[in-house]
This record gives sequence, structure tokens and C-alpha cells, in this order.
Amino acid sequence: MFGKAPKPITCGFGLQIGVGQVYPELNFTLPTMMVDETNWPSVVSHYEEMGEMIRRAAKRLRLPGLMVEFELLPPMTERPEWGAQITSILHRHLKEAHEEFGLPCALRVTPTDIREITRPPELRSGEAWQVLCQSFTQCAAAGADVLSIESVGGKEVNDEAMMHGDVEGVMFALGILGPRDMAFLWKEIVATCASHKVLPGADSACGFANTAMQLSSQGMLPEVFAAVIRAASAVRSLVAYECGAVGPSKDCAYEGPVLKAITGSSIAMEGKSASCAHFSPVGNIAAAMCDLWSNESVQNIRLLSGSAPEAFLELLTYDCRLFNTATESGTERTYQKLLVDSDVHESPQALVLSPESTFRIASAIVKESSHYLKTVAAAREAVSIIRDALTQNTLRLSVRETQWLDRLSRSLDGLPQQEEDLIHRMVERYGHLFSPESYGL
Amino acid sequence: MNELHELAHLVEQGQTQRVATLTQQLLDKGVGSPTILNEGLIAGMTVVGEKMRGGEMYLPEVLQAASAMHASLNILKPHLIKAGAKPVSKILMGTVKGDMHDIGKNLVGIMLQGAGFEIVDLGLNVSPQKFIEAINTHGPSIVGMSAMLTTTMLNMKTTIEAIAAAGLRTKVKVIVGGAPVSQKFSDEIGADGYARDAVLAVDKVKQLLGLAA
Repeated sequence: MFGKAPKPITCGFGLQIGVGQVYPELNFTLPTMMVDETNWPSVVSHYEEMGEMIRRAAKRLRLPGLMVEFELLPPMTERPEWGAQITSILHRHLKEAHEEFGLPCALRVTPTDIREITRPPELRSGEAWQVLCQSFTQCAAAGADVLSIESVGGKEVNDEAMMHGDVEGVMFALGILGPRDMAFLWKEIVATCASHKVLPGADSACGFANTAMQLSSQGMLPEVFAAVIRAASAVRSLVAYECGAVGPSKDCAYEGPVLKAITGSSIAMEGKSASCAHFSPVGNIAAAMCDLWSNESVQNIRLLSGSAPEAFLELLTYDCRLFNTATESGTERTYQKLLVDSDVHESPQALVLSPESTFRIASAIVKESSHYLKTVAAAREAVSIIRDALTQNTLRLSVRETQWLDRLSRSLDGLPQQEEDLIHRMVERYGHLFSPESYGL
Repeated sequence: MNELHELAHLVEQGQTQRVATLTQQLLDKGVGSPTILNEGLIAGMTVVGEKMRGGEMYLPEVLQAASAMHASLNILKPHLIKAGAKPVSKILMGTVKGDMHDIGKNLVGIMLQGAGFEIVDLGLNVSPQKFIEAINTHGPSIVGMSAMLTTTMLNMKTTIEAIAAAGLRTKVKVIVGGAPVSQKFSDEIGADGYARDAVLAVDKVKQLLGLAA
């Protein structure tokens, strides 16, 4: 259920997540401008302006709680002191809001995974890795309450495999490469968090499943393929929790409900109120189990009402009032059902995010022993969920989509049981794209 | 069915092996390599482009068709050289400095390859200097730049200015694309063209090169 997580957390300035209420998670970015030495004072002034806006708007809207996310831009990660400076500014504004009118609030900081700057990506060593670690450390010291990342391990293979409709390649990227990198990366992040008393939030399959979602919205990939990738991507994101992450999950991790079903941790989600950043076929259903409700990202530009981040904070606030009023009035099940029913019959991507589907996918995942087998099981369950909906006539697919569902099903059935067999095959097919040593292979 | 039409159809279906076999058979029968290229391969890929534009083909199917075309091209290449066929136009592509998003750029490259162009992909986080060096090395007709972030798109302008300062601007046409990029932005930074998706990018390139779109 939205607002309630079996394992709630408290972070920042007394913000309790998962204990009954849904709070906005506001994310913003810069308008069109360069982030360099010359422009840095202007960059800083934008974040000062946004920090002041948050204080003013939170008071005006009588917000009961707020998470702010600062997603670093690549130059802010490449120069860790820059990321730390902005973290410190936002932390100060939230602290003042808490002291002035008691706003329960917290700051999530998300450095950019700059390790993919070289191809093949050098994930476990090299300058980018060292700088990324420094960015985490300095942001933690500067006032972050939660650290997250949208990591990219396996993406170099997933992109290629996905474009070719190669299910074997996608399962290799999501079920073998991704989890190996996640395990390496999150061990470091959790250790950094522990030494700075910061919460290790979670990761996201944004570069994998959201890329599939966007390609599918452009008619480049079948929707059923995007839905299967979404389900399978949950295993990769789950590894962060296996290493000690406690949530809340990243907003762009639409696989969040599966993570919540398995770990009991709170999740951030985004949907209709994130259309400022990208479109999706899951605008309402994404909200069905959220604990934080996000706008993904909006540029700090002027609208008729005021700044775009302020407009979106107001939008999120009204969304959250609906969640919380439903809970207070005992009608949360009805409201959740409306959120689900309004999307679930429209798209297979929405279908796999329903409470029932996510429970089925989560159940399939926990029955298996290895990340690879869990990933394959999640993908197979997604196919099964879509087939069931077709049988029950609760979902309609075009002939082409149905043909692709059959193709996906056949490919999944043809996967080897032993991951070593798949690794051998994939090294031959995609060995030019990735460095085995980056994955401990 | 005319064998060239059949070849075009097999390309469209992504039948790599059969395309290769039929290409060899046509050569053996004395059909000219430029004819096979234009009336078989390019004709087939034109239909593929139209079908993708119309939402009738997904990317994996387009790639399969492109793969079939390349199987044939590998056989045709020595014959085309011998026949003195004009080399296909080269297109240099890269995601601009500071930006690590490359799937959009890759998609454009794939579609352009499918349309018969030669692609030189510089990858991501490409500095203006690297673009300039590659223009000098490869002599492309077109330079394509991609950016995904509002904070990196201005590096397209920086790169165009650097290309001009190096005295190369008149030698290449520049096209730009990416989520935050628009026709207005393209005009403002002095690019020659903008396309909002990979299919339209092919049309734009053909238009800039004076080829039938």
C-alpha cells in the first residue's frame, strides 16, 4: 500500500518514510547553461534560488514532510567539491526550514555514475572510479541524508542487446553483469554511508528498463519487451539491498514495487507528475505503492505561476494530499484500485506494475538461488502475467506485439540453466563491448 | 518476381544468408554491382525506413535488415570499387563533451548505416578538438552531434565554433539532435540541420546532401 512500508526509515530532519503518509520528493536541474568554471557562480545561484523556493513553498503549502533530491550533473561529480558545495547549500536551506517551521525533511544526493566515460567502461579502478568515490564521500560529509546512484554496470551490453532484440544478451546484462557490478559498487557506497552516518538509499535500472520504456514509446521496441525488461531489472536493483541499502528506492526505479514486496523497504516512484522529464504509460499505476512521490526532474525555468520546481512541488503536494486523505478516511484500497485500474488495461508495461503482478514477480524472484536465475524467472513471470491478461481479455495487444511475446517466450525457454554457459556464449558475442575484469569475470 | 525485387524483399525481411546467396547469383549472371546496390539493397532499406516511420517495424527488425544488407555489401564491395562507383558519403558522429548518453546517437548511426551511409562513430564525451581531428582524418560530408542534457547541449555550439575556427566549417554540414535540442536551438547555434528522431535524421542527411529523401 502507498505510504506504508514494513521497514520504515527516519532520515534527515525527522522525516519518517513508510509509516503511513506519502511525501513529495522534489528533484530539479539547471536550465540550458554550461557547468564550468566561468559559470559556476551562476550555477550556485540557481541552487540557492531553488533552496529558498523550497523553504517558501513548503511553508505556503503547509507540507507535512519533504524529500529533496539533488542529482549531480556529470561535472559536479567529476569535481567532487562542486557536488559537495551544492549539497551543503541545499542542506542549509532544509535545516533552516526545519528550524523555522518544523518541516520534517531530508536531502537525497545522487552522484552521476561517471564510470561509463570510457568504453568499455572501467568499473572497478581508474580515475573515474576514484573520483566517484570521492564524490560520495564529500557529499556525505557536506550534508546528504541519503545517498543513491543510477549505476550503469552492464548497460554497455544491454543497450546493444536490447536494440537487437537479443533476449540472451539482455539476460546476461541484467542477470550477470549488472548484479556483479552492483555488488562491488554498493559495498563501497554502504561503507561510505556507515562512516558518515548517512542512509544508503538505493539504485535504479533507469539506464536499462527506462531506456526500453522510452524506445518502446517511440515505436522502436515492442511494449512487451519493455515490460519484460522492467520485471527482469528488479533483480539487479535488488542487489543494493543485499549489500545493505535501506531505501527509499530511487524515483526512476519503476521496478520499486517489486523491491518493496521483497525487502519491505520504502520506495520513491514517479508517474504522471514527472511528465516534465519524460512520458510514460504508467502515470497512475506507478503511484499505487509509493512512499515518496516524485517529479523526476524539472529545469529551473520561469512559468506563468513561478519557477517550474515550485510549480511541480505544488503539484506533488496535491497528489500527496490525495494519498494521505484516502488513508485517513480509510479509502486507501479504493484509491489504490483506481490508480491501478485506470492504467492496467492500457499497456503491458502498466500491467507488470500492478500490486498483483509485482507480487507474482517478487515471488518468482525469491524462489531462485542465483541472480541470473532470478532474472530469468522474473522475465518468465512477466510473460506469464501478460499471457494471463490476454486469456482473460483484460489486455489487448496488436498482432505484432503478440508475435513478439511468443518470440520472447521462446528465447527465455532456450536460455541455459548454468550461467557459465551463457557467459561463455556472451563473451563471444559481446566481448568487444565490456571488460571482463570490470565484473570480476 | 524480378530477382532485384526479390533481393529488396529479402533485405526487408532480414534474410541475411539468402541475401548473400542471391547477391552472388546476380553477380554471376552479370548484373552490375551498382544495379544490385541501388535496385536491391537500397530499395529494400528504403522500404524498411518507410515501415519504421509508419510504425510497422521495430528496431530489432530494422537491424536485422541492415545486417542482411551488409552481408551483401561485403560481397559487392570489390565489384563496386572496380566499377568505379562513387563512394558512399561518410558521416562523423559523436555525443558532445560532458555528455555520456549515447543510445540516441547510436540509433541515428544505425538508421544512417541502413540507408547506405558510412558511419564514423567517435563515441561519447567527444571534445571539439577530437571532432576536428576526426574531420581532418576521415573527411566526412556530415558531422552529427548529440546531447541529452540541458547543461551539455551548449557544447554543440562550442564545437561548431571550433570547427569554424579550424577552417573546416565549409567542408562539412552539421546536424544536431537529442532530447533537449530543438530546431530553434539548431538555428541559434548555426547548425545546418536538426532531426527529432532517428528516422527523420536520415531524411535530413539526404536533404543536406542533395539526395532524394
